[in-house]
Amino acid sequence: MVSPSINIVDLSKSYGSFTAVSNLNLKIEGAKCVGFLGPNGAGKTTTLKMLTDLIKPSSGQAFINGENVHTHKKAALASVGTLIETPEIYPSLTPREALTMIAEIRGVPRAERRKRIEEAVAEVRMDDWMDKRVGKFSKGMKQRIDIASSLLSDPTILLLDEPSTGLDPRGMSEVRSIVKSLKEKNRLIFMSSHILSEVAEVCDEVAMIDHGKLLVYDTLSNVTTRFSGDQDVVEVGLMRPIDAAVVSGSIASLAGVVSADRVDDRTLRIKFSGGLDVQGRILSDLVGMRIGVVTYKTTGSALEDTYLNLIKATL
Amino acid sequence: MSDQEPKSANIVPGSMAQVGVTMKYTFLDYLRSRRFLILLTIALIISVLLTFLVAHYRPGSLVGSSATPIDFYSIWWGMFASFLVVLSGVFFGGDAISGEFQNKTGYFTVPNPIRRSSIYVGKFFASFIASTVILLIYLAIAVANGLYYFGASVPYQLGESFLFAWFYLLAVLGFTFMLSSLFKTSAYSQLVSAVLLIIGFGIIQGVIEALANTEPWFILSYGSGIIPNVLSVPYPTTTTRFGITTFAVTIPEGLAIMGIYFIVTAALGLLLFERKEFN
Repeated sequence: MVSPSINIVDLSKSYGSFTAVSNLNLKIEGAKCVGFLGPNGAGKTTTLKMLTDLIKPSSGQAFINGENVHTHKKAALASVGTLIETPEIYPSLTPREALTMIAEIRGVPRAERRKRIEEAVAEVRMDDWMDKRVGKFSKGMKQRIDIASSLLSDPTILLLDEPSTGLDPRGMSEVRSIVKSLKEKNRLIFMSSHILSEVAEVCDEVAMIDHGKLLVYDTLSNVTTRFSGDQDVVEVGLMRPIDAAVVSGSIASLAGVVSADRVDDRTLRIKFSGGLDVQGRILSDLVGMRIGVVTYKTTGSALEDTYLNLIKATL
Repeated sequence: MSDQEPKSANIVPGSMAQVGVTMKYTFLDYLRSRRFLILLTIALIISVLLTFLVAHYRPGSLVGSSATPIDFYSIWWGMFASFLVVLSGVFFGGDAISGEFQNKTGYFTVPNPIRRSSIYVGKFFASFIASTVILLIYLAIAVANGLYYFGASVPYQLGESFLFAWFYLLAVLGFTFMLSSLFKTSAYSQLVSAVLLIIGFGIIQGVIEALANTEPWFILSYGSGIIPNVLSVPYPTTTTRFGITTFAVTIPEGLAIMGIYFIVTAALGLLLFERKEFN
């Protein structure tokens, strides 16, 4: 199987004197999840729309799997699933009909169509609504059907624009699980999001954009190492309350720890430097201190620091 | 999704097949929509009213002993067919494209391996078929009444008039699709379509005829005059009385006007849709 790829070459989009995307160059290859980050108006959605023929670039080109999106749209989008904003479905159609329409447009083999639709709808937990008209659905329910539609053709590339926006906490968690499971199936996922913890949890790489310009594109760990002073943050859950003096004393003085704070009497937030080795050693030390560690996980804070540092620099 | 069984590769169908898919599901959406129901109700109200009025008053010019089937159909069909065509064009074509932007349904269809032209043409055919259903229902009721009063004597001119109405429908839909591609708000495109087709063209035509004494060959509604005219015996001709000329469009002129409107406006609409951006 050819490795999925997105190649953006000198892509620009202007509206009069306003430049939404400026000479963007980005090459992403292979099965992975790439988070596309940036503040509101940075150019994320505009870029995704140019990758899906929703808008035309002012200059430059976009290639998906080697095919130019604007001159060979059908070939370029043949194995791409998309979710841009919250698409509306013709209100009088049922999910089964709407998804059959997409399956027919995408050339899903007739023999597999029904099964694939049922699988995709089951994946987003909308089985019970399969034959109800979409017009009565809530925004979150429509979003789920939209996600099902993007999975329908078993795409090698997924372009997702803030996929969990509009969903309830359970829905957001399910979307994260779906994205994680898709990543394991040799797919390239390019996903814009405002939720940094979500990106930190599911993405391998990040591309940050602001004022239409690419600020950085690298692996998550490289980016956070480069731009957040090589510091990571772990959140520690405890089975019993901990004394503040222990936190500011013995824990804060552990090797590699930059700072240790009590979030509440059973939760700690430890900032450290030194990478995975130090992270492992701190866990071992905490367990050795017999303070009742029950959870120990990295947070998106390092990415948040990176994000804020980079965005601040462009203001 | 389950990976237990290998999935066959998708083969994206050709553009014509995708036109068919778009047409099928847009038509299904139209059939279940309120607009179809409203239009059907309007056609039925006109039909029921005419049925009742003719049955009750038995007007001599329609069903009297000297009346002919062609007189009957020229009133029943000739008077209202153009109106129904225009109404169908506004209902189905007025927001066909602008609705894709305003309602965001375009975000569901456009980012797929399908040309925008396939979506445009598919929606056009769906509107054409939905409008044809309405016209056929109206025609069927007209013919049923005609059969009751005149027996199986249906003049061939009614067939011609229906074909002209069908051709007019193409031109009207071309025009409404063009306006629909011009706007991103459904209400604007439907309003402009309705105002121009129901009132605007008629006023312009009247002004040109009366004040400039010029044949309004560039007005679509003038071309549609062949729909009732073909049911008049003899076919009306341009006449001048007291210095005022009443123009009568000939069949070749009418067909040419409708044909040109259809080709130019449908192509312009497609061009606009191709260039329009979802932002």
